[in-house]
Amino acid sequence: MSSVERATERRVGERSGNRPLPPVRSGRLSRKHVEIVVLLAPALLLYIVFVLWPVVQSAHYSVYKWNGLEPLTHFVGLDNYREALNDQVFRDAVGHNIFFIAASLIFQLPLGLGLALMLNRKMVGRSALRLIVFAPYVLSEVTTGVAWLLMLNPDSFIDTVFRDLGMGGLVQGWISDPEFVRYTLFVVITWKYIGFAVLLFLAGLQGIPTELIEAARIDGANGVQLTRRIMIPLLGPTIRIWIFLSVIGSLQLFDLIWVMTLGGPAGASSTMVTYLYERGFTRTQFGYGSAASVILFVCSFVFALLYQRFVLRRDTEGAITRRVG
Amino acid sequence: MSSALGSTASPQRRRLAAGVAAVAGAALLLSACGGSSSGTGSSSSSGGNVKLVWWHNANQNPGLAFYKKIADEYHAQHPNVTIEQVPLQSEQMKAKLQVAMQSPNPPDLIHQWGGGWMADQVKAGKLMDMTADAKDRAAELAGNTGWQLDGKVYGLNFTLGVVGFWYRKDLFAQAGITSTPTTLEEFLTDTGKLKAKGIDPIAVGAKDKWPTAFWYDYFVVRECSKETLTGAVKSPKFDDPCWTKAATDFQKVIDAKPFSKGFLGTSAQQGAGSSAGLVANGKAAMELMGQWNPSVMQTLTPDQKPLSADKLGWFGFPTVAGGTGTQDGGMGGGDGYSCSYKAPKECVDFLKFFTSADVQSRYAKEVGQLPANKGASAAVTDPNLKSVLDVRDKASFVQLYLDVAFGQDVGNALNDAVSLQLAGTKKAEDVVSAIQKAAASK
Repeated sequence: MSSVERATERRVGERSGNRPLPPVRSGRLSRKHVEIVVLLAPALLLYIVFVLWPVVQSAHYSVYKWNGLEPLTHFVGLDNYREALNDQVFRDAVGHNIFFIAASLIFQLPLGLGLALMLNRKMVGRSALRLIVFAPYVLSEVTTGVAWLLMLNPDSFIDTVFRDLGMGGLVQGWISDPEFVRYTLFVVITWKYIGFAVLLFLAGLQGIPTELIEAARIDGANGVQLTRRIMIPLLGPTIRIWIFLSVIGSLQLFDLIWVMTLGGPAGASSTMVTYLYERGFTRTQFGYGSAASVILFVCSFVFALLYQRFVLRRDTEGAITRRVG
Repeated sequence: MSSALGSTASPQRRRLAAGVAAVAGAALLLSACGGSSSGTGSSSSSGGNVKLVWWHNANQNPGLAFYKKIADEYHAQHPNVTIEQVPLQSEQMKAKLQVAMQSPNPPDLIHQWGGGWMADQVKAGKLMDMTADAKDRAAELAGNTGWQLDGKVYGLNFTLGVVGFWYRKDLFAQAGITSTPTTLEEFLTDTGKLKAKGIDPIAVGAKDKWPTAFWYDYFVVRECSKETLTGAVKSPKFDDPCWTKAATDFQKVIDAKPFSKGFLGTSAQQGAGSSAGLVANGKAAMELMGQWNPSVMQTLTPDQKPLSADKLGWFGFPTVAGGTGTQDGGMGGGDGYSCSYKAPKECVDFLKFFTSADVQSRYAKEVGQLPANKGASAAVTDPNLKSVLDVRDKASFVQLYLDVAFGQDVGNALNDAVSLQLAGTKKAEDVVSAIQKAAASK
């Protein structure tokens, strides 16, 4: 969850960084500088101490073999990286991350869009429905995990519901079958995060000028055309932002999975973060775990840069940097 | 997560699985242990006023209240020593200790599981050698060798137990089993009888991995000689065929498919659906688990009452015909405390007080756990715990849980490999090579 927020924060930070300072006289400039320093310093300090410095430290640890107790003396160069990239377990974990990314884009995007378009209409109980869709997003991942776990245990709530509906044949080892566990987790993740997508898309829909819709109506556009030709294209920037957040979130997936399966059974639901946590804190290979975390960092960072450069650029340029009207 | 489910942690529950703590820990590793922890320990020269900072996992009653009482008593006898207690949930404590031990101010008294975990700390120079002051007390404690390295005492254990089968007498009776099995063959016949009656024979918390490893550990004790085991713990080598033989034995159990529904996703101690919960609520007939299990089970039943002795029983791990290991050997472990390298010498004195026969007897009575001090054995009254004690004290030797003995790195690689065997993704003959690989890269 926090990953999404972090990503948002990052984006906002970059946006303001791109904004050129207006030319001002030197007297005011210094005052402005003081303001910037005073207002920014606390946040910047926290960011440096708790985000930037640890990233640097991680990179430092990653070239050592280190159990977290002894002094950092056993320098191994890039061995940790080589080992991680050659480890089938790590590769599987990366594969699972890719599965979650792909599944999110393929299923959550249409679902989120559909729900948002539905909830955007005037209808009875709209606020209540919006609340219901959004509520799971407010829960912590641990709470979500525990609640679902209790329902997914063999012969508990979910199994009973299936049987009572006469679909007992569909009952699976939801979280105990290595072939099935990722789908179960994906459903839980979707349940939790779809509210966020809907919220974003609803906000995006509010931003579509009513004149455009009225004009289209006057021209005789029907509901489907209105949605396809006007609403979805104008939602473009919002959708692209959501994709960005979703991919970063899927890359950093951890809490929910750790609570529900510990990455199991037989590693079938491991992700890069469960892998690095396990190697770091369970097996006390802190150097190796750091190397895995640096690999994750590079994946996220490269994706973020490329996505900003090639996908988000026109959105941010048009809307913010140049202020074209 | 255990706290989210409102279960309690007794001091013995060394391995409460991880949810919440892990999440906090991951944030730590993601940010790679940036800041050092602050103000954990305090040491001053002996004689004057001394404060001992004590990290332990007795974070729930009755343990919590007992610890407070003992600390107060010690303070009354030694007014210059104050003891500051920091009760923590087990997994959270493990993660925090890793960081705290690197800080310039580590806590004075730390929880100690012994074995390879402790050896790593000794090698890094983090623990106090208390041989001179504490070797007499160490001799009174069952299994204290697990808290020694090269003949030096680095910790005093306050409890020690052996793993065995906690079983439902009522379900065994239903299946027509009149006496508990003593050999692997009998054991497999009995699981067959239970299955025939539609009863899930065995619960296993495979999600947490270490309960699965208990099975392998015990087969190793039955197949490998004591010398082979001690040698392997000293310098991890697994070329003796007994290691693979143990995996093959376990495969026989796996092939009989005695485990409860969805066991690969079952946790050990969390909620009624956990392995302990399944046995506590009569949904499975038995579980291979440590001596702490009754206190765990109690919290997982609707009425939160202990299971009566006519429902819950205990028997030791069966023997393996033709096994070249120790047939009457036990496998288990316990908990102790170490003093950090910076602790004042009052730390050792307090530990000796804590592990004295008197305090240990009260520990057994008031907390209901197995004391390590042999002088306190008489205080154990629960029939099941008495059988555990009986096996522990009669065993020709007790092997420390292999994951603890080998230390975090190799130990957890072992847990992983055995878990994969249980899941059917690793063959019995490949288990040992996976452990070997982890040992070689250490």
